[in-house]
Amino acid sequence: MNTLATSFGQLRKSQGSWFAGLAIAIALWFAIYRQLLPFARWLVAQLPIAPGSHLAASVEFFFYDTPKVLMLLALVVFAMGVVRSFFSPGRTRALLAGKREGLGNIAAAHLGIVTPFCSCSAVPLFVGFVSAGVPLGVTFSFLIAAPMVNEVALGLLFALVGWKVALTYLAFGLSVAIVSGWVIGRLHLEHWLEPWVREVRAGEVDLESDHLSWIDRFEAGWEAVKEIVGKVWYWIIAGIAAGALIHGYVPAELLSSIMGADAWWSVPAAVLLGIPMYSNAAGIIPVIEALIGKGAAIGTVLAFMMSVIALSFPEMIILRKVLSMRLIAVFIAVVGSGILAVGFLFNALFS
Amino acid sequence: MVDIKVLGPGCKRCQTTEEMVKAAAEELGLDASVEKVTDYAEIARYGIASTPGIVIDGKVVHAGGLPKEDDLRRWLKG
Repeated sequence: MNTLATSFGQLRKSQGSWFAGLAIAIALWFAIYRQLLPFARWLVAQLPIAPGSHLAASVEFFFYDTPKVLMLLALVVFAMGVVRSFFSPGRTRALLAGKREGLGNIAAAHLGIVTPFCSCSAVPLFVGFVSAGVPLGVTFSFLIAAPMVNEVALGLLFALVGWKVALTYLAFGLSVAIVSGWVIGRLHLEHWLEPWVREVRAGEVDLESDHLSWIDRFEAGWEAVKEIVGKVWYWIIAGIAAGALIHGYVPAELLSSIMGADAWWSVPAAVLLGIPMYSNAAGIIPVIEALIGKGAAIGTVLAFMMSVIALSFPEMIILRKVLSMRLIAVFIAVVGSGILAVGFLFNALFS
Repeated sequence: MVDIKVLGPGCKRCQTTEEMVKAAAEELGLDASVEKVTDYAEIARYGIASTPGIVIDGKVVHAGGLPKEDDLRRWLKG
């Protein structure tokens, strides 16, 4: 038994077995993924539900989407976990320190997508950036992009709704983060930070450089899958259930009259509705999928999604520790108008 | 006496890190004091950009994410 365990341990440490295992896992993944729709139809046919009814449409959507979304999520999270092992907040900060505004905002927004940090790190990260000489506006570009362009949401949109919407979302989020951060930087609001933040004199950090092997990176990807899928699966099930109800029961005419491109007020309404709502990005995607399928305008839907993700009360409460109320108000106003502007723009472009 | 500080506002990972540090110190038979630092201003003074962080005898050895068991033992011995 012991020798078996040791040899398995050695196997885990060998790069070759990781590559071979990954190849097999991906082949299996695709084989199963292709069978999901026939399987969902078969399952619905076994149930005492009238074919073609609202209920059948909802149940089939649920049975098909649940395994589909979970499988896609695992794949996307693994890939992003590997990509993110190339970045760290410390390295990103070194890249951004002393950068001028403009180019700095663009770099910060992009780095915000790929730099891993957990939400409880937001405050140390903010203070760490500002005290290391990253301009306030550039720091904001980073902090806005990080939750708004969520890499999991991006991957799921790409797989479920299509590349056009996914790219639109990416462009949309990056522009809001870049422009909002730039505007906040132009306003020169440094004196609105909480006093202690300005006074922090950070010590030099000299961490040993982390040399990661491919095995370390794959392990980081696998850790990310265990952690994120373990944390968000119930959000996803709830999101798919909501999506299934919309898919089966909400008439397309109703939705397109409320959320269609002709209803100009739908974009601000979507943003306002999104602020008190707090959902994980992964949970909101199945709802997006169903809404777009029913003819809701893409700008409106994306505005709703970003407002839910980026303008949330829990985040404001965390940020209150370093920002004055006035700075938080500016933050909400700038980001909110950014979302509004791009929502209108995309409704105009795609209708 | 080794002076160890775990920096973090109190999220799940920071608590796990604290437990890992304590377990490793005990395993190595170190005479160590483990202190949890949760004050944001205090954390910021160490200059780290992500939490949890580990400080051993005044030197930052780790920032961001859970440490690896092997590294942890190496830092504690060093």
